[in-house]
Amino acid sequence: MLGRSANGIFWLFRYLERAENTARLIEAGFRMALTRDSRDASDEWRSVVVTLGLQKAYEAKFGREYGGPQVFNFILRDKDNPGNVLAMTEQARTNARMVRTGITREVWETVNESWMRLRDLLARPVSETRLGDVIDTIRRQATQVRGAMDGTMLRNDIYNFARMGTFVERADSTARILDVKYYVLLPSISYVGSSLDNVQWENVLRSLAGERAYRWLNAGRMEARGIAEFLVLDGRFPRSLAFCYAELQSNLAHLAREYGGEMASHEILRDAASKLHTITIEAIFEQGLHQFIGDFIACNTRLAQQIQRDYRFIE
Amino acid sequence: MTNSSPSSYDEMHDADGAARAAYNGYCKWFEEQPPGLLKRKGSEAEAFFRRTGITFNVYGAEDAEERLIPFDMVPRIITAHQWRKLSRGIEQRVRALNAFLHDLYHRQEIVRSGRLPERLLERNAAFLPQMAGFTPPGGVYTHIVGIDLVRTGEDDFMVLEDNARTPSGVSYMLENRETMMAMFPELFTRVRVREVSDYPRRLARSLAACAPPAARGHKPVVAVLTPGIYNSAYFEHAFLADQMGAELVEGSDLRVENGRIAMRTTRGWKSIDVIYRRVDDEYLDPLTFNADSVLGVSGIMDVYRAGGVTIANAPGTGIADDKAIYSFMPEIVEFYTGEKPILQNVPTWRCSEPDALKYVLDNLADLVVKEVHGSGGYGMLIGPTSSKKEIAAFSAKLRARPDNYIAQPTLSLSTVPILTKAGLAPRHVDLRPFVLVSPNGIDITPGGLTRVALKKGSLVVNSSQGGGTKDSWVLDD
Repeated sequence: MLGRSANGIFWLFRYLERAENTARLIEAGFRMALTRDSRDASDEWRSVVVTLGLQKAYEAKFGREYGGPQVFNFILRDKDNPGNVLAMTEQARTNARMVRTGITREVWETVNESWMRLRDLLARPVSETRLGDVIDTIRRQATQVRGAMDGTMLRNDIYNFARMGTFVERADSTARILDVKYYVLLPSISYVGSSLDNVQWENVLRSLAGERAYRWLNAGRMEARGIAEFLVLDGRFPRSLAFCYAELQSNLAHLAREYGGEMASHEILRDAASKLHTITIEAIFEQGLHQFIGDFIACNTRLAQQIQRDYRFIE
Repeated sequence: MTNSSPSSYDEMHDADGAARAAYNGYCKWFEEQPPGLLKRKGSEAEAFFRRTGITFNVYGAEDAEERLIPFDMVPRIITAHQWRKLSRGIEQRVRALNAFLHDLYHRQEIVRSGRLPERLLERNAAFLPQMAGFTPPGGVYTHIVGIDLVRTGEDDFMVLEDNARTPSGVSYMLENRETMMAMFPELFTRVRVREVSDYPRRLARSLAACAPPAARGHKPVVAVLTPGIYNSAYFEHAFLADQMGAELVEGSDLRVENGRIAMRTTRGWKSIDVIYRRVDDEYLDPLTFNADSVLGVSGIMDVYRAGGVTIANAPGTGIADDKAIYSFMPEIVEFYTGEKPILQNVPTWRCSEPDALKYVLDNLADLVVKEVHGSGGYGMLIGPTSSKKEIAAFSAKLRARPDNYIAQPTLSLSTVPILTKAGLAPRHVDLRPFVLVSPNGIDITPGGLTRVALKKGSLVVNSSQGGGTKDSWVLDD
């Protein structure tokens, strides 16, 4: 396949994943804000903006005023935020058009239809009443594209580039949420145990669609260590770092088989994945979770860049 | 012509309102349909097109919105007998076009013999000196041709235009049929219509048969070269590449490697044997033509001339569908085939000739005047629908550069009904069958693209100016 197409499909799936993760983050922020007084609510919205790396752009426009509708409209549809969800979906759709020959009709139509629906939904400012509908639509689009992929795409290099886009993005997103929440809200482990923390942590899980799974696995115990372990190391949870890297390994292994050889990216991934495989949560806390996550994000970025070089995404 | 003249030939109904032979089966079916059904199907079809992304962009449109080409659900039907005659005429014409192109870029016998004025080539940007003395692989110039036909009576088909550069619209031929079959499956069990769906396979085979010498010994690699997703016909480029199983490449994916054209793949550079290019001549090679072009490949013309790649259609074929050359097509057909033309031209006045110019100026209100190098229905005057002021302004342009124009009578084009809110209503149509040329012969897909003017009485069928399309049926014997 063309290098340009590989780049297009890789980013198509990064954008879709990012749109979905952003929607979940807003949803969790919204829920949190509803149960708080206005000062805490505005802190909560600020942390959503920080997690998305939008603090600078946001404050350039609105200053330090973090009101709910203002924040989620900025994230969802504001033209002063070039990475808004609508723009991301549009970019995804543009990429899908560009790689039209590499994806099935079902995948293309799903991406195209989601874009049409979101374009209509986000044509005017979103009120708190409409927010749920918008979030649902974004989440459903991601689910439908995944379904169409799963049911109709050949398991060849194209599919594996698409999946790598998904998991590089997802790992990045999980790591960022964890980092912001831990670092901003819990500077010291001694805070653990109060009821506020429980709500905060539950919210972290909710923004990663993991609250139910965690509760089920841990009999409802909310404690920082357990949750961090779940989000970083539990290979059963599809948004954990360990899960994303196991998937990436299988995708890159497929490429090595199909193309008859390993590249530099295989090396980077092997090191990173084996670290996730062997390290314990105790060791992570000893090193400092923030430090660990920072290293992970840097390594994940390096991996993405190496994949783009190895497979000639750009000249 | 603001109103269809009552003398327009309607393809569905005869003067007494009875169904003609071609439409017998269809009309019977139509009468049995519950009222409202077709209208409902109409909105279904539009939603289907939007979802599948069959859209086109309008040149010069500010917001570059993607638009749908309106699709009308009443098919355009041609009998097996009519099609046989059309095919023979098309085949003859395409054969002549290729012989003509070969001659123009070699000995120019037709000019030497005095049948074609040399001045038509001298100042013509479509004539590429870079092609002189070179014969494309397999001797084929126009791998894909779209012949635009109009009809004025039962057996009167005329050629309006020969699209010999990069004719578009074939994806509509295919998708319109898919849509009709999806919406009215039972109709196809009652009326036997010839298949068009294997066009992409035929195209792939035809292109592969034109592979260059460098491709000997392996299965030819075919790629479709597109200007990119902002091109008005991008959907079609992607569609054809997908259907052929070919790569869809852009100029930035390509470079010259060891005397071949290669594309950047995830496994490294890979040679291409045949490029079906949907990029105009002038953008093909910045080293040879337009130096600012980013749509083409630097050095592709050198590789081409050395036998390293096939370009389809060949550069320089535009000279054959030039409107000034068009008026000579009857002579051209006779000169190269030694036969009388089976398909007639629309009568054409060459404004470069003083007598013709005088006639055209005196009769502007009744004529259609076109720019020699124009396309897409732009820059033309339709006398009968123009105001006195418009005609006067055009007359000045015409006097200033007479050799830039040709004129034709406003034909009484045939009509086929479309479905309107008030029921069936006749509208003018044309037909573009698609023709493939390879060393193995000339292959015409039974069908084509029917374009239809949606406004009552209008003769402009171009999609860029509000025309629509119909599924085009050729009946099986």
